[in-house]
Order: sequence, then structure tokens, then C-alpha cells
Amino acid sequence: MKKTKTMNRRTLLASPYIVWVIGFTVIPLGVIFKYALTGQEGGFSLENIGAIFDPIHFKAMLFSLEIALGCTLLCILLSYPLVMALKALNMGRQSFVMFIWILPMWMNFILRLLAWQMILSNNGILNFLLTKLGLEALPLANTGAAVMIGVVYDYLPYMVLPIFNAVAEIDEDIIEAAKDLGANGFTVFRRIIFPLSIPGLLSGIVMVFVPSMTSFVISDILGGGKLQLIGNVIEQEFTKSSNWNLGSGLSVSLMIFVLLSMAFTTKNDVEGKGSAIW
Amino acid sequence: MKKMKKRIIRALLSGVLACSILCAAGCGQKSEGKESLTVFSYGEYMDPDVLEQFTEESGIEVKYEEALTPEEMYAKYKSGAIEYDLLCSTDYMLQKFINEGEFQKIDIDALENSKNIGDRYWELAKAFDPENEYTVPFFWGTLGILYDTSRVKEPVDSWEVLFNGEYAGEVIMQNSMRDTYMAALKYLGYSLNTNDENEIRKAQELLVKQKPDVQAYLVDEARDEVVAGNAVMAIVYSGEAYLGRQYNENLEYVVPKEGSNVWLDAWGVTKYCDNMEAARKFLDFLCREDMAKKNFEYIYYSTPNEAVINSLSDEERADETLVPPVDATENCEVCLQAEPEINDLMNELWKELKAD
Repeated sequence: MKKTKTMNRRTLLASPYIVWVIGFTVIPLGVIFKYALTGQEGGFSLENIGAIFDPIHFKAMLFSLEIALGCTLLCILLSYPLVMALKALNMGRQSFVMFIWILPMWMNFILRLLAWQMILSNNGILNFLLTKLGLEALPLANTGAAVMIGVVYDYLPYMVLPIFNAVAEIDEDIIEAAKDLGANGFTVFRRIIFPLSIPGLLSGIVMVFVPSMTSFVISDILGGGKLQLIGNVIEQEFTKSSNWNLGSGLSVSLMIFVLLSMAFTTKNDVEGKGSAIW
Repeated sequence: MKKMKKRIIRALLSGVLACSILCAAGCGQKSEGKESLTVFSYGEYMDPDVLEQFTEESGIEVKYEEALTPEEMYAKYKSGAIEYDLLCSTDYMLQKFINEGEFQKIDIDALENSKNIGDRYWELAKAFDPENEYTVPFFWGTLGILYDTSRVKEPVDSWEVLFNGEYAGEVIMQNSMRDTYMAALKYLGYSLNTNDENEIRKAQELLVKQKPDVQAYLVDEARDEVVAGNAVMAIVYSGEAYLGRQYNENLEYVVPKEGSNVWLDAWGVTKYCDNMEAARKFLDFLCREDMAKKNFEYIYYSTPNEAVINSLSDEERADETLVPPVDATENCEVCLQAEPEINDLMNELWKELKAD
């Protein structure tokens, strides 16, 4: 008796989320799939899903993949040293540094990109400083490098936070024990900290890889409209060409691709503990 | 038109559309008793005071709905979530609305202030509204080259400067398909409304060849980049050029001799409007000199309202970005809806250009 009662209460508590999930996930997904599977003249068609293999779309897809992989890798490389440095601080300082670290995220995302545009433009702040120092100006504006800087800057906190949380959970005694047994700092990192941070790393990867794969605003602003990610193609189909079917078809292919790569990433999640997202 | 300052927000378009479908029932209702109009236009395209004053004078409430681009406007309108009474859009999109029977005829002669709109503009409007019976001109302008005279040796008068490679890396094109093809087509001596596949492919060839020399394809930022000295020249709208010159006096604006696009935004009354009397009052109010002037001073695009033009100072009237002279628009054309196949082809080629 008691059990069913709590069950009911739980169901009741969950009901707003069920409405949420249906209204904002299931129905929109259904609409996207419906558009994706109908041709422009109506009627069932797989053409829009297959359109990803069109050379132009495929090229945009590969470029997106390149940006997303590069971004994820750079974020990982940048996150660990930061997390290790944070770990060495005491609690109060840790939260202060973390606070500073996430502070920019409270600022509008577009504003931050526009600031980067100012920094990287031909007569921008970076080139001003470089020429002042007697160095060659870097023509970074509107290049793939600028887009890469933009995505790394924007998504880095999403990598740092989960890794930091995973590392902060590690029992200090384990590290002490390893040190007692003669492990040096690097061995401690390689054999203890890194393996134990993998759940955090995996959710970091998901949170960085997926948005950088699907973004289009960053490449639009920092790429000067000269670089085309798959997100830009999808955006064009919806807003300019008014071909919602093709746009949806490409979105679905992108989604399938992301799901596949995520499955690949999480396959090695041996502990079964999984990341927060999966 | 094309006040696309926050064009990024288009990212949210799909979300907004979803929401507007959800709230369809609620928003579509007209408030009872009180007269009201739902008008649909571009964001920041009208001085808010004008709307307030209209309500004050006529007692008719105005709900102002906005979109950023003609395409977005079309999508929102067609979704049917909101029944708009009046709509202000751009030439080729108005043509589409008219052809699809979305507009009601307006008795233009009954609008007392419609005589303020010069003949020249009614003529222009005939490109999409041949009998001048569906639309009332609101703003207009040209598309041309804004350039930095301190970094360009000879005066610019042709689209050629964009394509001859002399200013490689210093040229900014419009990140809008029709506008960019327009420049190439006009330079090659074709109509910007061509339905000839070969002409479009030739334009494509030219644009592909030009791409390495292009610094960026931008919309609103195009002007700012020239103002800031990051680029030597850009394709911009005349209204943008006017504002650019307020910040940097070295800038000059020209409508190339080969001709260009002349755009015209106008108001139409949709088929959903069941209070034509109120709609007419609204349109007449917009044509009134003081209100047209207010709107003009709010965004500084060229006004078709001759009463306003006459009230300008001599200096302002001589400014080609504010009042494009007749001879500058001689070779210009209004952009019209392309044939569906041509439109598809252009979309495809545009993607190809961007992917190159």
C-alpha cells in the first residue's frame, strides 16, 4: 500500500516534465521527422535524408566535423591543466576561481562573439598589439582559425566543469596512498586522476562536441560568411530558401551522425557509471 | 527594409514559430469592443511615437508584430498563427503576397495624404503592383558601393572595382543571395531579374573567381567594417551608407553606372483585415507629413513622401544616400520574385559558392 502511494506522488511530480518532454522534445522532433520524410511536393521521400551525401553538404559536414573534433580536443587539452591547478587550491579559492571562470557565460553569447570579432579583425586589438611589438600582423579574421578560437572559447567551460566535478570527487586518500607507494605526480595523474575523471570527461565531450558540431552562429560571425558549416546550410534552407524539407532532412542526418559518434564515445565507459547526460 | 541588425536571432526562428503555433488560439483573438489593428513589419522600422499618437488620435489600438527578413515575414504570415491586418514588406515579397491573393485592394484615392507620395514611387511600385491598387510605398533606397576615399585612388563608378582584384581582401559582399548575384549580373550587363540559366551561371563563375578576394560576406556589419577601416569597400544599402558617413567622413557612396537594385517597401492590407476603415486611417496617418517625417528621422532610409523631402535642408536634399537622384536610379531595377526553377538554381549555386 505504502509503496503505491509514493509511486503516485512521484508520478504526480513528474507530470510537468512529461508535458515538457512531449511539448518540447517529442512533438518538435515528430514535426522535423515529418518534414524530413516528405518531398517538397508532398508525399514520402528519402531524398532529404540522403541529401547529406550531396558534395556541397558533405563538404560542410566534414568541415563541421573538423571544427567539432578540433574544438573537443583543444578543450580537453586546456581543461586538465586548469583542473589540476584548481585542485591544488583550497576550497574558498577554488570556488572563487570557478566563479571567475564561469562569469563570462553570464554575458550574452553573441556579444562575446562580437568582441572576438573586434579582437581578431584586420585592424583589431590583436593585430594592434602584434604590430606594436614589432611582429607580423596575423590575418585571422574570417578564417577557420577564427572559428576554432570562437568555439573553443565558448565551449571550454562546458568541458572544465564536469571534469572538475569528477576530479573533486576523488578521495584524497587514494592519491596519498599512491604517493606513499612511490608514484610521482605524472603517474598519479595517469593512473588515478585521469581514469577516475573519465565520467566527467565523457559528459564534457558530449557537451562540447555536439554544440560545436551543430553551431552556425559562430562560423557566421567569425568566419565572415565565407565558411560553411552544416549548421549554416540548414539555416539557409530554413530562413532563405524556404525549403524546410531539405533543412529538416539535413538536421535528421546530422542528428543520426551525432548519435553514432556519441555511441562510439561512450562505448568504452566500462564502469557503467556513465556520464550525467547518458 | 532589411533591418537585420539582430539577424542572428533568426536562429531562434524555429523556436518562435513553434511557440506562435502553440499560442495561435490566444494571439489571434481581437480584443472586443475596442477597435484594433495588428500590423506586421520589420523590427525598428517605425518610430514608436507614431503608433502611440495614432492610437491617441483615432482610438484604434495597434499591435505591432515584427520580423527581420521578408522570408521570415512570409513564413510567419503563412503559418496563420496570427491574423495580421496590415503588413509592410519588400518589393519581391509583396509581389508574392499579391500573386497569392493575400491582399485586399485599397482605395488609394480615398487616402487624403497619399498625394504626398511622389509619382516616381508609384511608378516604382508598379513593378510588383502594376495598377497601384494593393500597396502604399513606405521607404525605399538603392544598393551601391560604400568606399573609403582615403584608400581608393580613382573615383568608383562601376561594379568592376569589386571584381578586378585590385582590392583583394578588402572587399565586403552582401551575405544575401539576391544582392550578391545582383552585383555580378548587373556588372555583366544582365537584368537582376533574369530567368536565363546561362546568365546566372556566368554570374556564378564571376563570383567564384572573386571569392578569394572577398574579405567577408556580411549584412549589417558590412557598413561597420568600412567605417572602422577594416575593409576598403562594401556593398550596402543607401540608408546604411548615410549612417556610415556620419561616423567616417572619408566614405563615399555610389550607385554603379551599370545600374543596381532599387528596393521599395510598402504597406498592404491583408485578406484577414475586416476593418478596412481602420486600416485606411492607419495608412493615411503614415502618409501624413509630420508622421512620415518622424519615421524618416527614426531610421534615415529614403522616404517616398515628397512633403517630407521638401521640408529637408538643401544639404540633406543633395545627399544621394538620403534622396537618390533620378539619374542615379535610371539603370536600376526592382527585385522581383524569380521563377521557382531559377530560384532553386540560385539557392544551390549560392551554397556552392559558400562551400568553395
